[in-house]
Amino acid sequence: MPAFVFIPLAPAVGALVLFPLGRRLSRRSVSTLACGSVAASFVLSVAAALSGSGVRIHRLFTWIQAGGFRAEAAFRFDPLAAVMVLVVTGVGLLIHVYSAGYMSRERDFGRYFACLNLFMSAMLLLVLADNLVLMFVGWEGVGLCSYLLIGYWFEKPAAADAGKKAFLVNRIGDAGFLLGILVLWSAAGTVSFAGLSEAVASGALAPSAAAAAAVLLFIGATGKSAQIPLYVWLPDAMEGPTPVSALIHAATMVTAGVYMVARLNPLYAASSSASGIVMLVGALTAVYAGVLALVQNDIKRVLAYSTISQLGYMFLGCGAGAYAAGIFHLFTHAFFKSLLFLAAGSVIHALSGEQDLRKMGGLRKLLPRTYPAFLVGALAISGIPFLSGFFSKDAILLTAFAGGHVFAGILGLAGAGLTAFYMFRLVFLAFFGSRRFSAEVESRLHESPAVMTRPLLILAFCSIVAGYVGLPALFGERANLFFRFLAPVAGTPASGHAGPGAEAALLAASTISALAGLFLAYLFYVRNPALPGRVSARFPGFHHLLLRGFGVDALYETALLNPLLRGSKAVYRRFDLGVIDAAVNGAGGAAGLLGKALALLQTGWVKDYALAILLGAVAFLGVLLF
Amino acid sequence: MDSEEAEGLGLVSRRFCFIITPAMAADIVFWILAVVSAGAAAAMIISRNPGHNALFLVLCFSALGGIFGLLDAPFAAAVQILVYAGAIMVLFIFVVMMVDPRTPAPPERRKRAKILGPAIGLVLLFELGTAAWGILANSNRSPASGPGVAPADVGRRLFTEFAYPFEITSVLILAALVGAVVLGKKEEPES
Amino acid sequence: MSPAAVVGLSLVLFVLGVIAFFVKRDLLTQFMAVEIMLNAANLAFLGLARGSARIDAQVIVFFVMTVAAAEAAVGLAIILHLYRRRKSIRTDELDKLRG
Repeated sequence: MPAFVFIPLAPAVGALVLFPLGRRLSRRSVSTLACGSVAASFVLSVAAALSGSGVRIHRLFTWIQAGGFRAEAAFRFDPLAAVMVLVVTGVGLLIHVYSAGYMSRERDFGRYFACLNLFMSAMLLLVLADNLVLMFVGWEGVGLCSYLLIGYWFEKPAAADAGKKAFLVNRIGDAGFLLGILVLWSAAGTVSFAGLSEAVASGALAPSAAAAAAVLLFIGATGKSAQIPLYVWLPDAMEGPTPVSALIHAATMVTAGVYMVARLNPLYAASSSASGIVMLVGALTAVYAGVLALVQNDIKRVLAYSTISQLGYMFLGCGAGAYAAGIFHLFTHAFFKSLLFLAAGSVIHALSGEQDLRKMGGLRKLLPRTYPAFLVGALAISGIPFLSGFFSKDAILLTAFAGGHVFAGILGLAGAGLTAFYMFRLVFLAFFGSRRFSAEVESRLHESPAVMTRPLLILAFCSIVAGYVGLPALFGERANLFFRFLAPVAGTPASGHAGPGAEAALLAASTISALAGLFLAYLFYVRNPALPGRVSARFPGFHHLLLRGFGVDALYETALLNPLLRGSKAVYRRFDLGVIDAAVNGAGGAAGLLGKALALLQTGWVKDYALAILLGAVAFLGVLLF
Repeated sequence: MDSEEAEGLGLVSRRFCFIITPAMAADIVFWILAVVSAGAAAAMIISRNPGHNALFLVLCFSALGGIFGLLDAPFAAAVQILVYAGAIMVLFIFVVMMVDPRTPAPPERRKRAKILGPAIGLVLLFELGTAAWGILANSNRSPASGPGVAPADVGRRLFTEFAYPFEITSVLILAALVGAVVLGKKEEPES
Repeated sequence: MSPAAVVGLSLVLFVLGVIAFFVKRDLLTQFMAVEIMLNAANLAFLGLARGSARIDAQVIVFFVMTVAAAEAAVGLAIILHLYRRRKSIRTDELDKLRG
């Protein structure tokens, strides 16, 4: 059995041990076991990635065999899987270590790591699956773990509600995903990735079916990867512990949708309408979420909307046909976004749990290790040149424009500016300016321990250098190692390359956009702190709308949730209580009445009983004789 | 026939000049006994005194014993007199003596069964009569009068074909004996 | 003395027993009525079996009498017991088994 099969199994073993025994083991044992299992996965991933490229499939057993339907329990290891697995286990390992410090004072230490390990196992299963059905198992598994971890502090009603919301919204997406699987199976007769790409290539899969399936699967992706219209759960998911936000809602789970699209790239390449939808939704979401991030006061919510926005970029890339570019952005985003979240966690930890930006400030000198890390992350995400985000975002924009998708490209550029603006708004509000936190918080202010700051360091390093594996064509056709690595799986973009001149122009444009955003943030939040207030006073309506998240949550609640709740309450009252309970109680009541009626015969009188016997005999004889 | 022959035949009434054959005699005896038994039963209904009731019943059973004899069942007749009219009725009389019937009797509540019972009983009579008529009309059995069933034959039957019911009946009697003793025991005062 | 007459007497006795059971108010006499009914049955058996080569009826009658004797013994014991407990054998006062 090849080693890569064990990659999802190691954390599974960890979870299996930690769920029943987590309470009884010491904290040291728990964290060692949990981090150890992920470390093992990481080592295996590295080994598997280094042992040559090419597609390796290993079939464990036939899982489902029902009529004409067949689903194998099989794993696939190819360049795309290698990238994903390295990201998941690498970032996962760092976050596990970080969590050991961040969650050290929690009561349910064991439960946390058990869920986290289970998540790792499910995510790795998702990534390594060889067919859609097995992938769906991992898909559901990460959804479950997301629910468990968001609601980790389930005593807090907000957290419990957020967990529920995440799960239910994801469910809607999952319905689409499942329908997509069904369409594919009925049209192509297979659900394995190899089989599907063959079906597309040979034309066995009708274009209409391909388009329908692609759109349905993408609906699942909008749920899992928080795009319009199913993104509403991600901001609320910040109720969970910060490492959870870093791992699940930044680096790994939410990227599952992007991975799925990249995995099924033959399908999406075959259907331009579906790809167009993907690209458009991605682009719109990128800008939409960026706008909403402008007014958030909670440090984590800014990052949450930022994640939604960056995921939009990834879908933009994939929708434009540059699947490798989308995955590249996934790759770099994993580093700087988890860095940002962990650094934010460090800030929160230092401020004894304060998350409101309005109550921070001037932390630059006070958190000498957290601040630089955070700054690196902010620079990277804003697409400032020479950091990783610059290269990956650029690759996407390049493909968009080169493919003629001007509208999407413009949205992308605008989004870049927005990103820089809200990101540096965050930086300036938190680390610069006057100290707006209470004296009590100040007295307990401390930089985080090494177990938390070392991962930050590693991630900051990666955020800087990770981009250099994917240099744009400007530096030579062969310079883009990343794309070349993924080429056998992701294909080359359908659109042609733009000339070097256009490319340089685009690089300049995106840099200008980012720097403009940065400068505007500097203006608004350092030079002239009264400016934001004046602007929002000028546009009170719009500002209010933004604060309410464009009213989307309220819309969903009134249009969908409330009718559903009313409906189910009505069904409960009318049917469950009124019909079923009435029938059951009625049966009981009837039995009781019958008993009472029959009891009337029991007078206790011998003569009455004798009369009954006599009557019976007479009747019987009568029947016999006549 | 002349008077000498009639003398040899038994009962002769010179005055009324009719001859009573043994068959006729049997008939007459039967009817007398029938009237006696039915009458005793009726009297039992009418009388209020339980002692009288018991005695009437003894009379009834004895008459029935006689009828059994007329029906060529001497063994049954003997057992009837010995067991029924003898043992069972004696038991009844014992109990009658031990129980105080409580006079004057309080007025009866709920007359429902008292009226309905006899009424339906008459219906029963009608039905049973119909059934019996159906049976008897179809069978052309001649009321042959034989020497009677020998007890030895009955005994033989009991111990061969009916051995199983016989043994079970003895167990039954044992059970009844034990039961009667236990139930009839005077309750000991709690000490 | 035809079988019809015997059976007729049997029927009359049986119905008299039934009537007696319903008319009488004390348990003891009602029990006697039951005995009458049993005897009526015996009479019917013998009446119908007269002259037949088989003597099954005699055996049956024997069993009936035996069982009736046992039943009488136990029944009377019960009546005695009841009388000692309730101080009465009036059936219209004995309704403790009322449901």
